[in-house]
Amino acid sequence: MNCENQMAMLRRLQEMEFVAVELNLYLDTHPCDTDAINDYNCAVERIRKLKKEYEEEFGPLMHFGHGGYSAKDHWQWAMGPWPWEI
Amino acid sequence: MWIYEKKMEAPVRVSCPDVKFAKMVITQYGGPDGELSASLRYLNQRYSMPTDKVKALLTDIGTEELAHMEMIAGLVYKLTDGATCEDFKAAGWEGQFVQHDHGLFWTDANGIPWSAKYIACLGDPITDLTEDMAAEQKARTTYEHLIACTDDPCVKDTLRFLWQREVVHFQRFGEALNDVQEWMTKSKHVWCGCDREKGEK
Repeated sequence: MNCENQMAMLRRLQEMEFVAVELNLYLDTHPCDTDAINDYNCAVERIRKLKKEYEEEFGPLMHFGHGGYSAKDHWQWAMGPWPWEI
Repeated sequence: MWIYEKKMEAPVRVSCPDVKFAKMVITQYGGPDGELSASLRYLNQRYSMPTDKVKALLTDIGTEELAHMEMIAGLVYKLTDGATCEDFKAAGWEGQFVQHDHGLFWTDANGIPWSAKYIACLGDPITDLTEDMAAEQKARTTYEHLIACTDDPCVKDTLRFLWQREVVHFQRFGEALNDVQEWMTKSKHVWCGCDREKGEK
């Protein structure tokens, strides 16, 4: 089902983005940890792929130009479900 | 500049509605040690910080706290899903229904509205970072109280995530405080208690 697939994709993205958040905070206070920088960059790469996959099927995950193109015939950004409804 | 990503930072799930617990959880929305207080405190303090390290950290943690506030909103939304006036009355939260229906609002668990008095910014990096560390501990403790007050395993999972984040934030602020103290002694920005100007021998 499309709905289950959307949830699964969102879950994978949630996990990867959490890795990036955690590394980001760590690097703010440990800016010289090159291993951590490498891990962060790997997470960025992974997130790019997951986001592209998600957005191609379900439309932009971010607004103001950060989420890529909208489908030409309908404004995908505003479409539900919104996060508190999932 | 803030950009919004249309997803929760972590899953927000409830097994079933529980208006009584929603009334308790709301303290992390608009209460003294809640996520709104945290995000506004950090995002505001960053303007008077001396080093890039701490400006970055306050920006990032402040932004993450906005995402946590969204998770609490999601919890309250689901805990009150489909609740009637009678459900609110039974939960002792009829005041909320009367004033807001299913709308959310920033209050603590006793209905006291959010106030800027919950946060401070004295412009002194050591003072402000110490406040931030205390804030994270207070939030952690509040999450422990909330986790103890529910049997719902889904709700416990969501709260446990938020609890873990407070622990990590406390750690990061501690590191930033050490860094800022080093910077202040190097730049002779610490007042030694005498009448001479700061920076003079």
